[in-house]
Amino acid sequence: MRGNFLKEMAEKKKSKPTAPYADDPINANLTDEEKIDMLRTLVRIRRFEQTSLKHYHSGSIGGFLHLYIGQESVAVGSISLLGDDDHVITAYRDHGHALSVGMGMDECMAELFGKKTGCSKGKGGSMHYFAPDKNYWGGHGIVGGQTPLGAGLAFALKYQGKKGCCLCYLGDGAINQGAFHEALNLAALWDLPVIFIIENNGYSMGTSQARSSAFPEEGLAARAKGYNMDWDVMEGVSLYEIRAGVQKAITRAHEESRPTLLEIKTYRHKGHSVADANAEKYRTKEEIQKYIQEHDPIDFWKHTLIEEGVITEDDYKAINKEAGDEANAAADFAIKSPFPDESEIFDDIYWEVDNNTAAGRTGRHFFHK
Amino acid sequence: MPREITYREALREGLDEELAFDDNVVIIGEEVAEYNGAYKVTEGLWKKWGDKRIIDAPISEAGFIGMGIGASMLGIRPVMELMFFSFAYVAFDQMMNNAATCRYMSGGLIHVPIVVRGPANGGTNVGATHSHTPENIFANMPGLKVVSPSDGYDAKGLIKSAIRDNDPVYFMESTVLYGEKCEVPSNDELEDGELVIPLGKAKVKREGADISLIAHGRAVVTSLEAAQILEEKHSIHAEVLDLRSIRPLDEQAILDTVRKTHRAVYIEENKPFCGVGAQISSMIMEQAFDDLDAPVLRITSADAPAFYSPPIEELQLPTAEEIAERALSIC
Repeated sequence: MRGNFLKEMAEKKKSKPTAPYADDPINANLTDEEKIDMLRTLVRIRRFEQTSLKHYHSGSIGGFLHLYIGQESVAVGSISLLGDDDHVITAYRDHGHALSVGMGMDECMAELFGKKTGCSKGKGGSMHYFAPDKNYWGGHGIVGGQTPLGAGLAFALKYQGKKGCCLCYLGDGAINQGAFHEALNLAALWDLPVIFIIENNGYSMGTSQARSSAFPEEGLAARAKGYNMDWDVMEGVSLYEIRAGVQKAITRAHEESRPTLLEIKTYRHKGHSVADANAEKYRTKEEIQKYIQEHDPIDFWKHTLIEEGVITEDDYKAINKEAGDEANAAADFAIKSPFPDESEIFDDIYWEVDNNTAAGRTGRHFFHK
Repeated sequence: MPREITYREALREGLDEELAFDDNVVIIGEEVAEYNGAYKVTEGLWKKWGDKRIIDAPISEAGFIGMGIGASMLGIRPVMELMFFSFAYVAFDQMMNNAATCRYMSGGLIHVPIVVRGPANGGTNVGATHSHTPENIFANMPGLKVVSPSDGYDAKGLIKSAIRDNDPVYFMESTVLYGEKCEVPSNDELEDGELVIPLGKAKVKREGADISLIAHGRAVVTSLEAAQILEEKHSIHAEVLDLRSIRPLDEQAILDTVRKTHRAVYIEENKPFCGVGAQISSMIMEQAFDDLDAPVLRITSADAPAFYSPPIEELQLPTAEEIAERALSIC
């Protein structure tokens, strides 16, 4: 009975049966095409990851694979709001943000396969996607380690007099890292236009929030109070709600150069990484199924658009098929791409060496053999 | 009359000139602005350049160094002061993971033109936590550059190169040297109009034909004293080679001096285990074995944490007498 989800939500909120936050100024003027674009991005992320999972299981992809399935609305909703001088940085669950900023499935898939055609030439892997030309600064593997960098990107924007901001994503587990607290303090102290977005999926790997974090009833983001920083907590199922909440923070960053700490409640359908065999042990099957069936952001957005008359079920099927075909084609591209050459091991370490400058030619830089 | 200024003043001149050279240069660190610098290296710079360029940071090394790394990705050239390089350890993830590996992991899409500078030395009776010499630790990491000037002339020329460099440079100074004077020509005395010393170029600080004393940082000063003793008391002419930059390394200069004297000692205030001298002596053994008339010796600080008690800590560090004595053992 998922078709009634929207009505049920509306009844709960005791409002007329339009999606909550649909009337927010940032949402009211969305064109049908823009709404469909967001649906397409949500579906593309999911199909990309489902395809990558298949190839991970077949042994074509090494290392870790941290899937974003269930959380797609957070990246899609927030990144849909960004302009030319706004920047993005995130942690290792980074595929969704990468596709949201406009990176292509081919380069992202090839990176997972460790191929030369990957976005990082096979040097970074799943956790380390970058696209500076799209204002996308990674893809960082150490929990919380990207948060000072996010403050730094905002520092640079402010220093250069640009009216931009940095969206710095982190998981709920990262809020207990010292670097995160240091970044919050610097951002608030120096009025940096950075928005820290805690994607709260309830678990730091296999440890629930209750077992890992001390926080008041209002939520994790309330920690911002101690830094005199604005904060907000929102549900992460609806793109409308995410866009409305994040836009306030963006306006604050653009107009007042003030940071914000946001907490967006979401849920990952899969384990911490694919290697997380305990995914159904620290959470019950019932809990996982409940979120998949009742809180899936793609389902929610699809039904919202159907009820608004923007798309039909057939349109959705076409979008889904197109995304699936694109993901399969990306996997074919990755499979057919060559592995990097051994000679590339010593590229991309020093800028000065890569660019063959006088500095790069002076003294010995590498000490193997 | 040649101009003599202190190591501290030379560094400050270098910083000041780079602030003028590039609007994107900012100095950030604890007490660098209004307090005028914990060791007065940045004295007067805040007054001259103001709040935008010279920024007092809270005691938050992981935070502000990480912030500098992020800012450098977008074109800022941050010069971060660590009050002591010992404090690098609370920023270790930022300095080792983010600064050193972002370029690699992005397949060369990003670079991190940051300088982290500050004193890295023992010998001042401040206990083990404030006496670390991590040049070997950071030089171990590909992607990083490590510089350690032994006098004011080099300090000025090298800090200017470090700031202009497009890779992360960790610049290790010495509180013991900050007050030492040396000849540093003013810009109008220089043909190029400025003093810029490339990273990766060692310098012969004293010529000699009998034995090579190779060193970096303050150990160069001690080695020069040892060379004097060897000359006066034993008629042994030691050559003293100052690496100046540890990574990139001037391997050719090391091989040249070894091939000239056939005897080499590496002197450093670092610890012995996998220290800089371990790398250099291995390199000499691999590349100049047939040129050696004696085994390569290493003289380091004692393999123990820094002792607080002043007369005992003094014994932990290489002395000129010890260097002369060990050198004699292979002459």
